[in-house]
Amino acid sequence: MKQFFEFVKKECFHIFRDRRTLIILFGMPVVLIVLFGFAITNEIRHARIAVLDQSKDALSQGLIRKITASAYFDLTENLRSEKDIMPAFRKGDIRMVVVIPANFARDFVRERKASVQLLADASDPNTSSTLINYINAIILQYQQEKTGVRNLPLTISPEVRMVFNPALKSVFLFVPGVMTLILMLVCAMMTSITITREKELGTMEILLVSPLRPVLVIAGKVVPYVLLSFVIAIIILVLGAGIFGMPLKGSLWLLLGACGLFCLTALSLGILISSVTNSQQTAMMISMMGLLLPTILLSGFVYPIESMPVPLQILSNIFPAKWFIIILKDIMLKGSDLRHIALPMGVLAGMTVFFLAVSLRKFKTRLS
Amino acid sequence: MRTIFFILQKEFLQIFRNKSMLPIIFVVPVVQLLVLAFATNYEIRDLSIDIVDHDGGNWSQQLKGKILSSGYFRLHAQTTSDQAFDDLASNKADLILAIPQHFERDLVRNGDAAVQLLVNAINGSKAGLAAGYAQSIIGDFNRRIRLEWMAMDEDDAPSHFDMCFRYWFNPGLNYKWFMVPGILVILVTLIGAFLSGMNIVKEKEAGTIEQLNVTPIRKYQFIIGKLLPFWIIALFELAFGLTVGKLVFDLPFAGNLGWIFLFAAVYLMVMLGLGLLISTFTETQQQAMFITWFFLIICILMSGLFTPIESMPEWAQRITQFNPVAYFVKVMRMVMLKGSGWADIKVYLGIMLLFAVAVNAVAIWNYRKTV
Repeated sequence: MKQFFEFVKKECFHIFRDRRTLIILFGMPVVLIVLFGFAITNEIRHARIAVLDQSKDALSQGLIRKITASAYFDLTENLRSEKDIMPAFRKGDIRMVVVIPANFARDFVRERKASVQLLADASDPNTSSTLINYINAIILQYQQEKTGVRNLPLTISPEVRMVFNPALKSVFLFVPGVMTLILMLVCAMMTSITITREKELGTMEILLVSPLRPVLVIAGKVVPYVLLSFVIAIIILVLGAGIFGMPLKGSLWLLLGACGLFCLTALSLGILISSVTNSQQTAMMISMMGLLLPTILLSGFVYPIESMPVPLQILSNIFPAKWFIIILKDIMLKGSDLRHIALPMGVLAGMTVFFLAVSLRKFKTRLS
Repeated sequence: MRTIFFILQKEFLQIFRNKSMLPIIFVVPVVQLLVLAFATNYEIRDLSIDIVDHDGGNWSQQLKGKILSSGYFRLHAQTTSDQAFDDLASNKADLILAIPQHFERDLVRNGDAAVQLLVNAINGSKAGLAAGYAQSIIGDFNRRIRLEWMAMDEDDAPSHFDMCFRYWFNPGLNYKWFMVPGILVILVTLIGAFLSGMNIVKEKEAGTIEQLNVTPIRKYQFIIGKLLPFWIIALFELAFGLTVGKLVFDLPFAGNLGWIFLFAAVYLMVMLGLGLLISTFTETQQQAMFITWFFLIICILMSGLFTPIESMPEWAQRITQFNPVAYFVKVMRMVMLKGSGWADIKVYLGIMLLFAVAVNAVAIWNYRKTV
């Protein structure tokens, strides 16, 4: 056992001697959390729009003022004719063109119906349909202002309550996501590369003939990363709570336990990757190509899993990230206890055992 | 020239000899393109709803029917308040509709009644959509019973705006058309920035770069020999990805593909230059990978690929002006979906060219100094 600790100590020295990597390791969570919290948002604001007002009367100008007064739209261009619409879209900056036909105010009064045409750049379907919804609401509101609101009988008023996240902050979704992404990187990628590095340089053989058992050799390489990633997890949690007011409704110990478990899962995945590859480059590409995009896209981090086609919903189950994000959100935002998160915890534990078992087998066959 | 040709030959041989790298370069990206294009969708259907009905009258039955037949909601359970809240907490239900006691009576007597919607708002954008759907269905239902009950005439309506919506460039609101070009950018970037830089650091780590330095090969020949294969592979990857996109997702090629390849060619010089730059100040592949990963993830997240750039705060938008990925994502989408041409992209191409010259100049200068 003493030898083992010496070995771990040696590995720690290795990591801590590499200042550049350390700076990045600890700087990265800070930068990513700040970026995600402040810069990356799903909410749509300040969409650039253009207006083609063929009427230029008080009503049409009032409408345009109303639209641009909201935080959702910035008017960047006044178009002169229909011919200008296509080039304006092609230049790439505007999301929508509001076309108001001639005689707008007159039609509104005489015909009791004035038309507004909304042309959206649907090359981004989500944004365009969201913007259409926003502008729709604004126009309806303007219409009510102009006609006067009447108290209608028989009104069903839906009272909406946003549970667990009343202010609809997207950062509450992003903090767990960033945490998962970083832990996945540090644990899985770093481990797989450290081990393949020894293989590539031929030093693995030397380690294996040392008095330490092979399992302990691997464990010794992994332990420093467990500690490292745990510290990083705590940094992220503190930042999330300190800067963005990320709540912790559940138990802190449970949260830390879950983080520990996920680190182990990711580490065992790293070991598995290293057991099937021989060069750092391959290990890196597998972790990069295989883990980066799926962790962002299939884990429910950016896009809700429920809206994916069924085969993808099933596929998302094999990514540990999905389960960890569920656990984090449940503990932090909902205050769930162990009973609620038993299933995702169990899945992560099962994955860990599976990855370790497979890599151990691979490892043995290689030795013989 | 002949020297470069031989180095190229050697590099290609080395890349293609590595059996485990081949699938990673050629198969994995395509699989990801095929799979992930389906994952990126905000359109939400099949939200599971718990209904708590304390009224049980005719109208509340009708309201339930209307909600469940809308196509957006699937009944998880009709249950009690406590159980429903438990379902919400354990993710079994996305939202709860609670209809209070005396709903129908209050509606008729007092002229209004409230129903309660409790939405699981952990995913803010999803919750917003869910609430929006439910509210508009309730609104519809409200109008209908009002018309029925009051026998109101629809032609008797006050003045109103008649809104008509047109979705240009993608009338079917096909989300894959938007995402596939973006994902392609990422895949091409990974090949370009990652592999190139790593390849040079590998020589450093293995010590073979010293040997190369004492051969008659000039440094620039070495650099070109290292970078050019990945430039070619990445362009090939782009062509391959576009073909798959056309065949599988029926991607529109509204503009001239030539602009895309021209832009990609310059863009890749920027990315390869970045890879080279990183390789000059790192000693191990691990370090190089880490630094590349760090910059890349920031570039990807701030590229407008997943979230619109104009929603970012001013300072963040200013950062995106230095993000090559953002330009490529934008140009790809502009040319492919909107048919933008030379006049629309020339500014971006100019900026990219500037980046390419700057990055490569610094990288080569640094390379001379260190190796």
